[in-house]
Amino acid sequence: MLPGGAGAPEVVRPATTAEVAATLRDRPGAVLVRGTATKLAWGGEPRAVDLVVDTTALAGVVEHVAGDLVVTVRAGTTLEALDAAVAPFGQRLAADPVVGPGAAGRGTVGGLVATAATGPLRLSVGAVRDLLIGAEVVRADGVVARAGGKVVKNVAGYDLCKLLTGSWGTLAVLTAATFRLHPRPAATRWVLVPELPTGAVVGAIGALRRSQLAPAAVEVDWAGGHGRLAVLIEGTEEGAGARADAAAALAGGRPAPAAPPWWGRPPWPAGGTGLRVTFGLSGLAPLLDAVDATGLPWAVRGSAAVGVVHAGVGPDHEPAAVAAAVVAVRAAAARAGGQVVVLDAPAPVRAEVDVWGPADGLAVMRRVKAAFDPGGRLAPGRFVGGI
Amino acid sequence: MPLAAVAARLRAELGAGAVVDDHLELRTYECDGLTHTRVTPGLVVLADDAAAVTAAVRACADAEVPFVARGSGTGLSGGALPHAEGVLIVTSRMRAIVAVDADDERAVVEPGVINAHVTAAAAPFGLYYAPDPSSQQVCSIGGNVAEGSGGAHCLKYGFTTNHVTGLELVLADGTVERLGGRAPDATGYDLVGAVVGSEGTLGVVTEVTLRLLRRPEAVRTLLAGFSSTDEAGEATSAIIAAGIVPAAIEMMDALAIEAAEAAVACGYPEGVGAVLIVELDGPAAEVEAQFRAVTRICAEVGATATRTATDDADRAAIWRGRKSAFAAVGRISPDYIVQDGVVPRTALPGVLRAIGDLAARAGIRVANVFHAGDGNLHPLVLFDGDAPGQEEAAEALSGAILDLCIEAGGSITGEHGVGADKAAYMPRMFGDDDLDTMARLRCAFDPAGLANPGKVFPTPRLCGEVPGRRRGPHPLQAAGLGELF
Repeated sequence: MLPGGAGAPEVVRPATTAEVAATLRDRPGAVLVRGTATKLAWGGEPRAVDLVVDTTALAGVVEHVAGDLVVTVRAGTTLEALDAAVAPFGQRLAADPVVGPGAAGRGTVGGLVATAATGPLRLSVGAVRDLLIGAEVVRADGVVARAGGKVVKNVAGYDLCKLLTGSWGTLAVLTAATFRLHPRPAATRWVLVPELPTGAVVGAIGALRRSQLAPAAVEVDWAGGHGRLAVLIEGTEEGAGARADAAAALAGGRPAPAAPPWWGRPPWPAGGTGLRVTFGLSGLAPLLDAVDATGLPWAVRGSAAVGVVHAGVGPDHEPAAVAAAVVAVRAAAARAGGQVVVLDAPAPVRAEVDVWGPADGLAVMRRVKAAFDPGGRLAPGRFVGGI
Repeated sequence: MPLAAVAARLRAELGAGAVVDDHLELRTYECDGLTHTRVTPGLVVLADDAAAVTAAVRACADAEVPFVARGSGTGLSGGALPHAEGVLIVTSRMRAIVAVDADDERAVVEPGVINAHVTAAAAPFGLYYAPDPSSQQVCSIGGNVAEGSGGAHCLKYGFTTNHVTGLELVLADGTVERLGGRAPDATGYDLVGAVVGSEGTLGVVTEVTLRLLRRPEAVRTLLAGFSSTDEAGEATSAIIAAGIVPAAIEMMDALAIEAAEAAVACGYPEGVGAVLIVELDGPAAEVEAQFRAVTRICAEVGATATRTATDDADRAAIWRGRKSAFAAVGRISPDYIVQDGVVPRTALPGVLRAIGDLAARAGIRVANVFHAGDGNLHPLVLFDGDAPGQEEAAEALSGAILDLCIEAGGSITGEHGVGADKAAYMPRMFGDDDLDTMARLRCAFDPAGLANPGKVFPTPRLCGEVPGRRRGPHPLQAAGLGELF
């Protein structure tokens, strides 16, 4: 599925950075970059797409130095392929992004960076922005540029990697990315906390946050005024079991052999509406109450101990009602110091709502966009404020 | 002269006590921690609050004079080096800790707040601020944000950029932007991420929202002596290869140990070629298991002497030698240059040997103190400024070390910043197109190029489309000092 425009745009499938550069240099028109399309319909709908740059041939590991815990991969590399390359060394890219419902696979590195997709592990290892240490991009004018490097500690020049992460393909075309890797844990334990009323589940999250158990992830799965938790403990064989037992005792749960089926999954079905909701950690309970008060059967899932969750509702609701609920949840998130972005939604809902909502610094963002892509040809209109 | 007008305007707006233009007083601000490079500022403004910073920046924008922000002035790359025809905006009076929100795990602080004071304010809640530059007792958060400061414990917990979620920023035209906040993932481009580490070239930060972390349950610190830096490097690699991410792995070579002993009598093992400090923190059960593994690895590699901190006083004693190392080399050398470069961890042994070869050839001593876990070298190049030619030779050697870092695939700075000191090295690490791309960001924030000009980039690059009133060629362009970008 391609958002935007009538008629099918042409698709090119470059296999090298030079081919990407030539495409942007030689071909006019609006460009949409596509990997495996696990999140392609997310965000705003581009005003125009004349050319789709398919990155799936731009794949593979460029360099993996296991001793440095650093890998450079081409942007079209899938997370599965990256994982397969580094797993034999006991390493992983500790990004476990939630992707769209029904998506085939976990997406590409380029999509991960473009959307700054979030997942459970960010509680312990940080977000994509914290893992990306170097980038090679092709600018809208076809010029190839690099930023960052292949060492984790590096403050030489502007940190354009931060700017690229979550830029939704509107600043430049990512062709290769360098990430810091993490060791795979020797031992993994799960703790499941059964369904509790909102106040109690938020209390359990708080207890885990205030503990010194250092969970790798704390995920909530909430709907209709009740929520359950799954806690991931990673560590050594000696330590993980004791920590899991302590977490279970603290939060009123029990150790479990594996992740629950909802772990890392989007809380909305295909055709439904999915939101990314952020909040200051102290604001979770009133936020959930506000979600409840919309009267729609939202499911909320995600990293409640980080301040980022996804909220979702199915396709069988009046678009106007969904839009009104988004506005209400947006207001509640703002009271908690956070924001709401509509990631995924059917066209009738999109027509009724501003998918990005307000953004601080929008005037600066427009100037950044104009400086990087003066012709406005990279995913025009897909990003906040019509950028 | 525009500066006199700026001074008069700011005296009227902020009071006489906020404006310094007496030549002797101005000289107090002529350098930061990069003491061999000095410029007397044209004017100094001591800002009490964000409004004062805004007033100062607006006055500069109106008069088209450059400005430089300065916190505690501890920076080691000359990032706060003043501009002779510009205004130095000093934020060290802005020391309010606006809020410590334990439930949000955030602190909101003014830029003049001392790094260590954030942790002190958070401690009653069992929280702390993780980035810990060696100067943390005196350096300011504003400076940390500008330089993207690191510290010994960044190996596990990341750098300043990983701990800032919100900023209030005065842009070079005097407009104020609030970016991010207590929640993560602010909508839109990650402007907070772009500003952190931009060395004051994108504006002046007037408030910062910081992540606070939970104090770990247990901390274990090991001091291990090795016969050589090669062996210590081998131990470092083996620890990382075992899947352990220590809070810190620090290395000092024999000369650095000698200096630290002379300065603070830290009691490190005698006669070793290198020491490693390995600190593990986290849940007690994990730390104990990992500590046994680290101790075993060090022994297998050939550690000749190990010492384990059993309490906080012991731990502080072990760290005292490391944290005092920069100043300590003053005990064994009249002058020294602190270098800051990064190499991939696996390149450490080779690069250290190459540094030793260069030093031997130049007849100059180099003491190595560094963050071994992340390959961040701090070679201390020792010289006697009174000996003819030594300073030049030391500077040449210091520069050659950066070339080694670049050749090894590393960086010219891991935590001290580019500043005034290393702007000339940027083209060795980045190509023209890379630098042009960075300059585009600068143009989006500061098209007139008034925020800390001359830092980070080797050549002043002018923005192609300067909005606003400017007519005719830019003065820098007219003077042949800049090229139109």
